[in-house]
Formats: sequence, structure tokens, C-alpha cells
Amino acid sequence: MTTTRRSLLKTAGAAAGLGVIGMPALAQGAAGKIVIVGAGFGGATTARYLKRANPALDVTVVERDDRYVTCPFSNYVIAGFRKLDDLTHSFDGLRKAGIKVVKGEATAIDTATRSVSLGDGTKHAYDRLVVSPGVDLSFTGVPGYSEAAAEKMPHAWKAGPQTLLLRRQLEAMPDGGTFILCAPANPFRCPPGPYERVSVVAWYLKTSKPKSKILVLDAKDVFSKQGLFQAAWESEFPGMVTWIAGKDGGKVESVDPASMTVKSGFGSETGAVINVIPPQRAGAIAHAAGLVGDNGWCPVDPMTFASTRAANVYVVGDAAVAGAMPKSGSSANTQGKVVAAAIVASLAGRTPGAPALFNICYSLVTPEYGISTTDVYQVSDKGITTTPNAGGVSVRTPTTLNERKLEAEYTVNWYKSITADVWA
Amino acid sequence: MGIRVPAMVLAVWLLPLQVSAQATGPSGQAMAQTCYVCHGPAGKSDGPIASLAGLPRDHIVRQMADFKADRRPGTIMNRIAKGYSDEQIAAIADFIATLK
Repeated sequence: MTTTRRSLLKTAGAAAGLGVIGMPALAQGAAGKIVIVGAGFGGATTARYLKRANPALDVTVVERDDRYVTCPFSNYVIAGFRKLDDLTHSFDGLRKAGIKVVKGEATAIDTATRSVSLGDGTKHAYDRLVVSPGVDLSFTGVPGYSEAAAEKMPHAWKAGPQTLLLRRQLEAMPDGGTFILCAPANPFRCPPGPYERVSVVAWYLKTSKPKSKILVLDAKDVFSKQGLFQAAWESEFPGMVTWIAGKDGGKVESVDPASMTVKSGFGSETGAVINVIPPQRAGAIAHAAGLVGDNGWCPVDPMTFASTRAANVYVVGDAAVAGAMPKSGSSANTQGKVVAAAIVASLAGRTPGAPALFNICYSLVTPEYGISTTDVYQVSDKGITTTPNAGGVSVRTPTTLNERKLEAEYTVNWYKSITADVWA
Repeated sequence: MGIRVPAMVLAVWLLPLQVSAQATGPSGQAMAQTCYVCHGPAGKSDGPIASLAGLPRDHIVRQMADFKADRRPGTIMNRIAKGYSDEQIAAIADFIATLK
């Protein structure tokens, strides 16, 4: 049955442009050509759920890399209990689902003629375009920092070589050295990420280099899961972590890679290893295509994630302004499903149903100690807001249920589930 | 029958329709698909998080109601269940019960 149905659908897909009538797939919705920029959590989810909703759709994903390396779990590579290979996902699953994956960098979008140009000069026409470019790092956001400086003071905020560099530096760090992490102001990718990194690095140092210290210089006064993280630092790594809020001078004024120092209102601090997480903005293609607002991010209609700046264009994931939703893989995953449904409805001339938006961010403090924050969202004329009296963070005081251990197991299961949903 | 419908009967009969017209929230399918982020694609989980595929509708409704009312202890589902109305939970369960 599967083979027959699949080959039938393939025929329907190929012939869709010719207006074949009566095929079962076409009964589900109108055909169309959809181009998606980026095969990360947002883009790949959108592609899969489009194809699932209507196999007749012609779906092309443009992606500059051969594989996707997730930022989630990259902190565990830095701490030494995961390998980068464990976080690397091929696009074979997308191809098997009938999605075309084109290697290339989208450099321009012509919204009038509905076409995306790639770096190699090829053009891809679309009926609907989905832009899921993630974030670009703003190297100029920290005086003294640059792409070259990041070879000495890694950001490790894009998983890959930078992740491995920071791992090597921590391995080479002498016992008793100071690891300095510079955390950015909001908004940025993965709000609990810097603090999860501090936690698992502390776990590594406690076991391997126990005389070492961690200094967090933060542009912010509050951060995600703050109470849980700070309680865990105290109980699991007493005396190791010092966090300096922005109001207490934590905002970094400049960095000097030559002397390995960081200047802030707190003073001039020298570190053995320095991790600078710079400010961020929507990926370059969103800027080139004029999809961004003054704040460097892409405004969207919260019902559909359609760009408010260009017709037939949707923005999903970290690049979008999504109200109360954090910039996370889980957010991008649920947004991708909303966009897929919105595009199918739009091609069929129907009004899309209300969006279902949800987020879950698990963090590990140690491999055996997990915490989470979650929210169910509502969309109204106030935009995307959290559902009152629901969601929030893990219980403050664990019970006999052993919440921390369970949530550590669920963290690993979450990763398996979401990456299977997106790329498998 | 039906020439004279007492006003009260009519009001009761109309009530569910009015409620559902007001609450045009996300579909059961749309909400259920957000569960996959932890419970796995099509509700199939590979690990300690429960698979949803194959669970009977009424079981799902009961578990969600118990999480929502904190009658069943949990790590995160209590927080999540509180984000949905009873009608939404029923709609989610209706869809999940169709997963094989």
C-alpha cells in the first residue's frame, strides 16, 4: 500500500504544476512551490510538516552546510560528556520525505518576482518562501571582539569548530585558572544557554580541576531559570561560580585577546579561558531581504508567522519576533508546524486555524541534574503571550519523585524526540 | 414535535454551540503536534518519556486532568496541563487516539 500510495503521490507532485485533477493528494490542498532558507530546527520542521500535510507540494530547502550541528547539547561537548558527532544531523531524512535539499547560501530575495538567489548565481522561484536563518553574531557589539578574536576568546554560540575550540581550551586550562563567561543582553539565542554552560563547565572543573573558578560577567540583571541555576551552583559547586549582574558592573565594556582580559564596571579581569557570547541579530539574508525591523529582528503576524514586511514570505525560529517565546529549538519546532499549516491554508485560499505554540527548554546542571522551563502560549491582539497560571520552571525543592534526576533523563529524551521530529 | 420548544430547552441546546463558537482555538491536531517535541514524532518516544501513540482517548483525558489538578505528581506535565482548558485536552486526546 505504501509503495503504491507513495508513487502515486510522486506522480501527483511532479504533475502538480500542470493542474492535474482528482489525485488524492490534491484533494487535501492546492499545490505550490515552497522554498525554505535554512535547514535548522525552524526550516526543517516547516519542510517536513508541509510535505506531511500535502505531499503534492514542491518543497525545496536551501542550506549552506552539508549537515546541521545543533546548539542544543553543544554545552555537553564543551563539558566533555558528548561528542560533536552526536549533535550532527544529515539531511537524508528530509530527502527521503521528498524534500529537495539544495546546498548554497541564499544571498538575495526578490519579493516582487518571488525568487531567491543563491551565492552561485542560481535562482529559485517560489509561491511561498520561508526564511529560517537563525542568528548572526554581532562581533562589533563588544569593543575589542572580532571574528579573529573569537579564535582566542571563543563564542561557541554556533555549534561546530568553535565548540571544539572552547573544549580544547578548557582541557588545556591549568587547575586554579579562571574561566570567564561574558553573557549578552536580551534577546539572544537560547536564554538559559550561558547558565547551562556555566553549570556543566563547573561540573567538569569540579571533577578535573577543582581549584578553578568561574566568573560570569552579565549584561543583564536577571536570567532564565535564575533561582534554580543559582541554587544548583551553590549546592553542586560551592564557592566556584561568581555571577555579576549588569547593575553591579557585569556589562562588558571591552575585551583584549592579547592580554586575555575583560574590562567591565566590575574591573579588569584576566582569565585563563574566556568565552564571549556577543549580541545577536537575525541572519544576514533577513537583513538583505528587508525583513528586519529597527531592532535587527523580523516582525511577523503572530497568527501565521507571515512577515509583516513582505507578502508570501514567512519567518520562523530565532530570527522572528515571537512575543513571549524564547529563541529556542523547541520554539522553532512548534513555529515551523504553525507556518506549515498556514501555508497549506493560504495556498488553498482558506483561513488558517489558530496557532498552537509551545516551548520547553531543558538544561543540565550535571549529567544527573536537569531543570526545565516551559510555556503554553496564546495569540491575541496583544501578540504571543504565556498562558496565565501555567508553565514556568521546575519545582524549587525536589521531592521523593527525584525531579532533578528525572529531568536529566528527560533532557536526553527531549533531544532524541525533537531531532527525530525535525531531521530523522 | 418541535413546533413549540420551551425557551429553557432551547437555551440549553444552544449553549455548547455558543461556547465552541467563542473558543475557536487551535485544533486538536495542532496542539497535539506540539507534544512531539518531547514525546517523539507521531507520539512515539524512544526513552523514558511516555509514548502517546496507542493510548486510549479517555486515558489521556484522565491523565491530563490529574496532572492539571496536581492529583498525579510529575516533573513538567503538571505545568503544561494547566495551560489547556478541559475542551482543549479533549481535542488533543481525540487526535492522539488516532495515532497508530
